[in-house]
Amino acid sequence: MKIAVCVKQVPEGSRRIDPETKRLDRSGEGTLNPFDANAVEEALRLKDAGGEGEVVLVSMGPPKAQDALRKALAMGADRAVLVSDDGAAGADLVATSSALAKALEREGADLILFGQQANDSDGAVLWAAVADRLRLPVVSQAAEVTHADGKLTVKRQTEFGYDVIEAPTPAVIAVSDAINEPRYPSLKGIMGAKSKPQETVSLADLGADGLESRTEIYALNDPPARGDSMKVEDDGNAAQAVVDFLAEKRLV
Amino acid sequence: MSTLVFLEHHGDELLKSSLGVLSKAASLGDDVAGVVIGLNVRGLADEAGKYGAAKVYVADDAQLEAPLPQPRVDVLAQLVRDQSIPTVLFANSVLSADVAAGLAARLDAGLNWDLVDIVQEDGKLVGKRPALQDTVYVDVGWTSEPRLALFRSGSFDPSETGGSAEVEDLQVSLEAFSTGARMVDQAHEESSGPSIEDAEVIVAGGRGLGGPENFTLVEELAKALGGAVGATRAVVDAGWYPYSTQVGQTGKTVAPKLYIACGISGAIQHKVGMQSSGVIVAINKDPNAPIFEFADLGVVGDVHNVVPKLTELVKARKS
Ligand SMILES: Cc1cc2nc3c(=O)[nH]c(=O)nc-3n(C[C@H](O)[C@H](O)[C@H](O)COP(=O)(O)OP(=O)(O)OC[C@H]3O[C@@H](n4cnc5c(N)ncnc54)[C@H](O)[C@@H]3O)c2cc1C
Ligand SMILES: Nc1ncnc2c1ncn2[C@@H]1O[C@H](COP(=O)(O)O)[C@@H](O)[C@H]1O
Repeated sequence: MKIAVCVKQVPEGSRRIDPETKRLDRSGEGTLNPFDANAVEEALRLKDAGGEGEVVLVSMGPPKAQDALRKALAMGADRAVLVSDDGAAGADLVATSSALAKALEREGADLILFGQQANDSDGAVLWAAVADRLRLPVVSQAAEVTHADGKLTVKRQTEFGYDVIEAPTPAVIAVSDAINEPRYPSLKGIMGAKSKPQETVSLADLGADGLESRTEIYALNDPPARGDSMKVEDDGNAAQAVVDFLAEKRLV
Repeated sequence: MSTLVFLEHHGDELLKSSLGVLSKAASLGDDVAGVVIGLNVRGLADEAGKYGAAKVYVADDAQLEAPLPQPRVDVLAQLVRDQSIPTVLFANSVLSADVAAGLAARLDAGLNWDLVDIVQEDGKLVGKRPALQDTVYVDVGWTSEPRLALFRSGSFDPSETGGSAEVEDLQVSLEAFSTGARMVDQAHEESSGPSIEDAEVIVAGGRGLGGPENFTLVEELAKALGGAVGATRAVVDAGWYPYSTQVGQTGKTVAPKLYIACGISGAIQHKVGMQSSGVIVAINKDPNAPIFEFADLGVVGDVHNVVPKLTELVKARKS
């Protein structure tokens, strides 16, 4: 089975929105979106279970996002395609889904996996937009995925409990962060990743130029003030500090 | 109609969160329509009228019975196009998020998500969106119509105005790919398990506990405090604890006097289920964990050290 995994590079550590451009500041260090490690892990498992296949990473981001892709290659993915273009900076959902769909169309994978959310946008929406553009079935919040006889079976959690959904391949599935425990790249994996193919393509290469976002940001405001909050470091006495605090609040 | 609200239902009830969005839309002074999509859902249309919908579109078809997103995108896309509806609003849920995003792609329409409010400013619609773990509130908008918005659950309370809606049936025609995914076993309500919704104290455990066996730490502290045990989706999905104890977007919404979060990162989907708690205490070994942004008292420490000690101290105090 050929599996494409959509992964994103996200800013590492503390994050801020640039008041000038009103976009997320991506100038600092980047890292693989932690939720996407679950999608990569699931792809590797499904590939192993099927005995053969390929795992391709598909991403959109600045050129240095290749570093984050290398981490996923070190986990075991086979190659990476990065859509990188000035015309894609600040792309919103419709624009991002349109570019990624074009890149995914080129791959013609049997299964397209997404992580549960990008930890910078907390959207948890992209897969449904991409699936619609590709005209493929979609299932999200997958807590379990199995593949047999060309059919995918997904267990997912909603507000009402667990559902089981079946879909034919090719299909789009977004996995939850509880679906597996992502492996750490081995030393061999890290060394090997350096020689795996990492392609960078422009929007024009994909026939996707003229990308247009449909949302905009007007202003950035401070969050509403909240009550006092305290933080203590546990030096062995934190439990006592909690009890004192609860006593003061008349909760014990 | 200038605003359409997607009315999600479960069983034979409209969701409170959808009705909340409907009430909000009506309060903006526009003519508001609702849309109900499913099987045997015509009766729900009357209900929507009471919450401010002047009109309710109904798509009733056996192919729409399972709560799956893609057939709903087909119905909505046709309706929004036919009626040139400029604004479509959704209350966030697993289903509604997928419907909204699919519709955004289909119509090439802007979608703003996780909004907690929407206002008219100088004739423009402006969404209020807490971002980056709620550390910044962003005013967002749309550059074209239709404008799509997903509201964080619990943003608005429904308010009954007692009107009644005109009902219009929709023709249903689905794309082939939209019926590819099939529900083979739909969630049944879990009847067993303790109810945590009425507890005055909740001690909740997350993946930071390290394994199901360590839930005894949380159970003992809960017992000492006379409270109930809660859990995150991560540990419920992993089978460490029952779904009936899950707190958050796809679990229970709770507001105890005291909520103690043990080894919980504080993801937004967890936060929406417990942020109304009176006092929030968090124990997490990562000083940058998001939960510290909204805990009244944060302890940077290991649950395995802090929680047992805390249990002993609480017991000692009580005896
Ligand atoms: C549509 C949707 C709906 C969702 N619904 C829900 C929901 O209803 N409820 C819910 O909870 N989540 C929900 N989620 C998932 C949510 O996004 C998070 O993935 C989840 O809450 C994480 O659970 P956690 O905090 O237990 O795990 P993690 O995020 O893995 O956090 C574990 C924390 O434990 C800390 N830790 C580790 N070891 C220790 C130690 N020894 N001592 C102290 N601290 C330690 C770590 O620093 C970390 O902060 C939903 C997600 C989506 C996309
Ligand atoms: N720029 C991107 N490139 C590739 N995949 C992405 C990108 N942004 C988001 N994704 C994928 O979409 C998922 C959900 O992202 P979001 O809807 O933005 O929260 C992530 O977990 C990734 O799998």
